[in-house]
Amino acid sequence: MLELLSQPWPWYVSGPLIGLMIPLLLIAGNKPFGVSSSLRHICAAALPKISDYFKYDWKSESWNLLFVFGISIGGLISATLLENQEAIAISSETKSDLNQLGITNFEGYVPEEIFGWEHLGQPSSLLLLIGGGLVIGFGTRYADGCTSGHSIMGISSLSWVSLVATICFFIGGLICTHFLLPLILA
Amino acid sequence: MKNIKFLFFGILFGIILYKAEVISWFRIQEMFRFQSFHMYGIIGSAIAVGMISILVIKKLKLKSIDGADITFVPKQFTKGTVIGGTLFGIGWALTGACPGPLFALVGAGYWSIGIALLSAVAGVYLYGALKNKLPH
Repeated sequence: MLELLSQPWPWYVSGPLIGLMIPLLLIAGNKPFGVSSSLRHICAAALPKISDYFKYDWKSESWNLLFVFGISIGGLISATLLENQEAIAISSETKSDLNQLGITNFEGYVPEEIFGWEHLGQPSSLLLLIGGGLVIGFGTRYADGCTSGHSIMGISSLSWVSLVATICFFIGGLICTHFLLPLILA
Repeated sequence: MKNIKFLFFGILFGIILYKAEVISWFRIQEMFRFQSFHMYGIIGSAIAVGMISILVIKKLKLKSIDGADITFVPKQFTKGTVIGGTLFGIGWALTGACPGPLFALVGAGYWSIGIALLSAVAGVYLYGALKNKLPH
């Protein structure tokens, strides 16, 4: 059993499991599946004075904070007990594309050459982490949802707004991958 | 304390994200380069299961375990759906993570991703501060 859990899960196992989070949260307490609202609750709990956007009863949404805290614990449990024995089977085309951007180490979940501690002084690393983080936070609240709230929960509930949001997520991701990343990592 | 179950659901979700390799920067690059079916399979099958679940819940008028009606609050279309969505997508490709994976990666010991997570919180403050000046 532990051996099975230690292997990477194929898409046809993990995808449906992610989908099942939707009925789980609805049945458990009429909660909509979504992650990015938690960022707003963190802001509201810490420094609500910055904007009226943060003046609301965040405690009534504390389930969402517990949920994201759980995601971190889940990451910790996986990394310590259920670590994948094999390296991620990234396609060879992606590897050769990333080689051209100076990425040669494909171990782990993030490129060591960009996100490793000793490389954090590079302007490109800081731009990816700080710039990327900023637009994730700003964008997800401006768009009123992220990949879980829009792409999974929203599209599952047949919302055309969420479909539009997801298409825009992809447009942004494609622009970044094919135009910005080559500029930044050159 | 009745909310403690959501901590466990979060743990479950974090484990799934990790084991599915959804939190891998490389998998996200593969997806945006259309070089693997992996991420499309995950997102597609998650939506399929979610859609069927919601149809069943609506059809059978299921209630939550505490007896409350299950409600769906539709999200409104604004200019932010397009502008914010595109910005979010740029961040997704830069960091290789969306908000769920950011939390999972930090928990898994990828400490530098904590910088991205803190920056995401800063980005939400920025949105809050500018909200009334932005087109909606």
